[in-house]
Amino acid sequence: MTSVFDAAGNSVGVTVIELGPNVVTQVKSVDTDGYDSLQFGFGEKREKSTTKPAMGHFAKAGTTPKLKLKEFRGFDAASKGLGESVNITDVFSEGETVNAVGTTKGKGFQGVVKRHGFGGVGQSTHGQHNRLRAPGSVGASSYPSKVMKGMRMAGRDGGGQVTTKNLKIVKIFAEQNLLLVKGSIPGHKGAIVIIEKTSKL
Amino acid sequence: MDAIQFVQQEMLTKGNFPDFKAGDNVVVNYKITEGDKTRIQAFRGDVIQISGHGLGKTFTVRKMSNGVGVERIFPMSSPNIDSIELTKRGKVRRARLFYLRALVGKKARIKELKTN
Repeated sequence: MTSVFDAAGNSVGVTVIELGPNVVTQVKSVDTDGYDSLQFGFGEKREKSTTKPAMGHFAKAGTTPKLKLKEFRGFDAASKGLGESVNITDVFSEGETVNAVGTTKGKGFQGVVKRHGFGGVGQSTHGQHNRLRAPGSVGASSYPSKVMKGMRMAGRDGGGQVTTKNLKIVKIFAEQNLLLVKGSIPGHKGAIVIIEKTSKL
Repeated sequence: MDAIQFVQQEMLTKGNFPDFKAGDNVVVNYKITEGDKTRIQAFRGDVIQISGHGLGKTFTVRKMSNGVGVERIFPMSSPNIDSIELTKRGKVRRARLFYLRALVGKKARIKELKTN
């Protein structure tokens, strides 16, 4: 993340996303696969660490081995051929809103305050000794005599898929394949994310 | 190049400002938007620090206003800075002049740098 100034002179916190080059590695159509979609490849991968079947797949598209493959529907399948790449400006424009789908940073074993946003006790005196961030009661007594399923408790936090919605596109550097969105997105630096158009209501 | 470095370099607007240092007396003409009207407000004072680099570079200007010290931090690349005038060069021995905060009156003055 960094920050840039907008036209009004406000400093805007932005995330810089490298969006591409995304190369078409497979074209799926109703005739062959039952549905229309395009498979894109992103990032470079060493030939040595690519399996032979995968190498065949990339050779068919006439590209070098790609790090990540992902299928997208909603493209006009006939518009792009194998090995062609899609530019940012074909899909997105400045001022639009997008969603970012990614895997969040793993947080390890966390308590309920961080994991579920519990308020904690809110007091450090009046007999709280060591119960500042405790969850409190987990249910009633003799009835139901059990803890209900899905009770929010401490446990492994982070490392899951999260969608950050309605991120405004601040700027696009088409030549460098860079997209600047306002705000943060899931994941660590250098993480791979999916940028999709915000669905209209 | 690193993508973030590239963005910062690309977004950096080099204002046509005079080269000033800590200790210099400057007038910052700052654009203020009220509703749909824009006017320019001048802020005159001593530069007491210049910090950061690139897009995040800022400078702090301190002045005495009715006996009260007022400090304002301006981002160097803010599009709201209309112009900066350098009125006096100061003779100081450090880059950050926070000691001025503890001084008032004649002691809080900065000696002018005499150059021939």
